[in-house]
Amino acid sequence: MAEVMEKTALFEFLCRMGDNTLILGHRVSEWCGHAPVLEEDIALANTALDLIGQTQLWLEYAAEVEGKGRSADDLAFLRDVWDFRNVLMLELPNGDFGQTLMRQFLFDAWQVVMLGHLVRSSDTRVSEIAEKASKEVAYHLDRSRGTVIGLGDGTEESNARMQAALERLWPYVGEMFASDETDAAMLAAGVAPDPASLRAEFDAIVLPALAEATLTVPEGDFAHKGGRDGGMHTEHLGHILCTMQWLQRAYPGAKW
Amino acid sequence: MVASVEQVWDWLDAVPDPEIPVISLVDLGIIRNVAWAGDTLQVTVTPTYSGCPATSIINLDIETALRDHGVEKIELKRQLSPAWTTDWLSDKGREKLEEYGIAPPQPAGGPERCPHCGSTAVEKLSQFGSTPCKAQWRCTECLEPFDYFKCI
Repeated sequence: MAEVMEKTALFEFLCRMGDNTLILGHRVSEWCGHAPVLEEDIALANTALDLIGQTQLWLEYAAEVEGKGRSADDLAFLRDVWDFRNVLMLELPNGDFGQTLMRQFLFDAWQVVMLGHLVRSSDTRVSEIAEKASKEVAYHLDRSRGTVIGLGDGTEESNARMQAALERLWPYVGEMFASDETDAAMLAAGVAPDPASLRAEFDAIVLPALAEATLTVPEGDFAHKGGRDGGMHTEHLGHILCTMQWLQRAYPGAKW
Repeated sequence: MVASVEQVWDWLDAVPDPEIPVISLVDLGIIRNVAWAGDTLQVTVTPTYSGCPATSIINLDIETALRDHGVEKIELKRQLSPAWTTDWLSDKGREKLEEYGIAPPQPAGGPERCPHCGSTAVEKLSQFGSTPCKAQWRCTECLEPFDYFKCI
């Protein structure tokens, strides 16, 4: 019984990791061909590519753990909204370039911290995926951090946009540090840390950068929740899935 | 007649990277092991970047090359850890990259010199480039832009 529960929790945990990178990867890819300058367009596409690659590793393992014969592609393209486990921040529309990079920075910082712990996971496969992904994510953070500082401490216009982006996204940060029985099971099994315990490390990356960007962190710790436990996604996720899953829904089993 | 492991390494050293054909898969450092398990040839490959679209082509190219050399049973194994690092690029590979116009990776995080004119006056244009493994730089002496192989 304990084994069954742990397997269920592990599947849930892996979907949370994989759905985060899948949904953000898809959102970031929406910029392809639309970014303000060519270099940024390429950077965004490359970031999206890394995220989708990480998704494959997480969801492939999730599907194996589940043991129902589903593949990573089945999980990505054939689940409906209520089965997705990404945090709400990642499914929000991109907004402007500044908001996209602010979201990237906040998520990159969380990922860097989370993956840093997962490298020491008791689950070898989780540890290997984390080791691989953390190299890519460190690179992402380097760029998103630099861009947030550059735009925040930039012109009056760019500063105002970055401040607005921070105010829009800040209430979504708390969900990344929520914890529930799945996290308790993962902690007990030594697979993953309790997300709530990661906040101080996250703040140590994010707060100095926001200060350097001359941005003001909004007051209050209200957090929108409902993504990582699938309780209540925003209306936006359904629209993403419409685009992302359209081909497999219209032509079931179609192959590249 | 079963090919020796050394022979197989030589064959794989003749398989070009699909995106940067001047270097081989062995130069790139992604072939981690070659071994016979009975009559099956096991080749262990590690991805450069987890989302690199060339990965599936690389596997296909390995299989095709080995079949052309008469190997019938092939098993490709994926290894994630230790994660690929540009430290595994061969010296031969680094030289060929530079001849081709791509500055090889440096621990300092930026190219040592312009691969076209050799000037050390270079500046970064973007942390990302035309493939996941490259960034865009420019020489402020000869003014030519060039790719830099990211150091990870």
